[in-house]
Amino acid sequence: MVTFQFVPYHDMEALSSAKRVNKLLKIVKDERIVLMEGRLRKQEEVDLIEITMEEISPKFKGIELSVIYPDKSKQDSLQKIKGAFANVLLGDRTGMTIIGPASVVKKIEQNPDKIELFTKESRSTKRYRKKRK
Amino acid sequence: MKAFFSNLLKKLKFNPFSKRSHLKIGLYGPPNGGKSTLANRICVDWLGEEMSSTSHIAHETREINVKEQVTLKNKKGKELTFSLVDTPGIATKIDYEDFLKRGMKKVEAKKRAKEATKGVIDSIKWLDNMDAVVVVLDSTKDPYSQVNITIIGNLQARDIPVLIGANKVDLKRSNIDVIEAAFPQYDVVGFSAKYGKKIEDFYDELFKLVK
Repeated sequence: MVTFQFVPYHDMEALSSAKRVNKLLKIVKDERIVLMEGRLRKQEEVDLIEITMEEISPKFKGIELSVIYPDKSKQDSLQKIKGAFANVLLGDRTGMTIIGPASVVKKIEQNPDKIELFTKESRSTKRYRKKRK
Repeated sequence: MKAFFSNLLKKLKFNPFSKRSHLKIGLYGPPNGGKSTLANRICVDWLGEEMSSTSHIAHETREINVKEQVTLKNKKGKELTFSLVDTPGIATKIDYEDFLKRGMKKVEAKKRAKEATKGVIDSIKWLDNMDAVVVVLDSTKDPYSQVNITIIGNLQARDIPVLIGANKVDLKRSNIDVIEAAFPQYDVVGFSAKYGKKIEDFYDELFKLVK
């Protein structure tokens, strides 16, 4: 069985960078796959990799990470303005971050149109697909 | 915030002459992209000696290697002197059992895994020391990995010039177009570090990167 845990934006917005990273890593170390609304800051993404490396052990082998984020270069001016207003009012909730334990998630393949998550759960690799909006 | 102030200070202290003499160019990327092979190619071409050991097994480079005073000369006779920094590959997972599968003994595999994790941390810590970075990718592999996106995004946030090196163009499955499509805002240059194919194109792009 694979367990997903949804982490809404409002659970993360008030946390410091260190607490955000630690919260996500704690879920992953409990062998659950994080589906986080929005994305980490760029520095937080490298912090996540760095802290993951510090915690690697024979039991915890690391993470698989993927971020789905809309290609803003394809948006027209109106969409960009709307997006900027929404970000100011509600925070940047755009996109979704997926983080799984490497012991469960074999790989996450990402290309412009879709994201595929391959798990190690059974002999035959399972596949979950999420189409990009 | 830290990166912002670091960049600001860098800019305030900007002196093109002093900076150029201490220029650091880093080779970054995922494991087995060919960073050390490229470092060796540069050093053999311009210094006549190799810099790093290479292997088909991932995480062969587990420490930062620096070669000081590498001087390149272009067709116009212009020189570029820099310190070349070969970094361990950045990964989000390291499993010692993968090394067992490659024929290593358990003790050796665990040691390699531990050193590899430290290597990733060192690579990340060194990001702030770089004046320019070549992100070395294996052009036969899917470039849409979050590690690649995270490295390049962080270099951009730190205002560090980036050149994407699409290595292993000698292989049939090599596809530079996919890399260009994945990172359209950056210059991508294809070459084979191992055989030296199109390496002159890479040197030309390196001059442009730090001009």
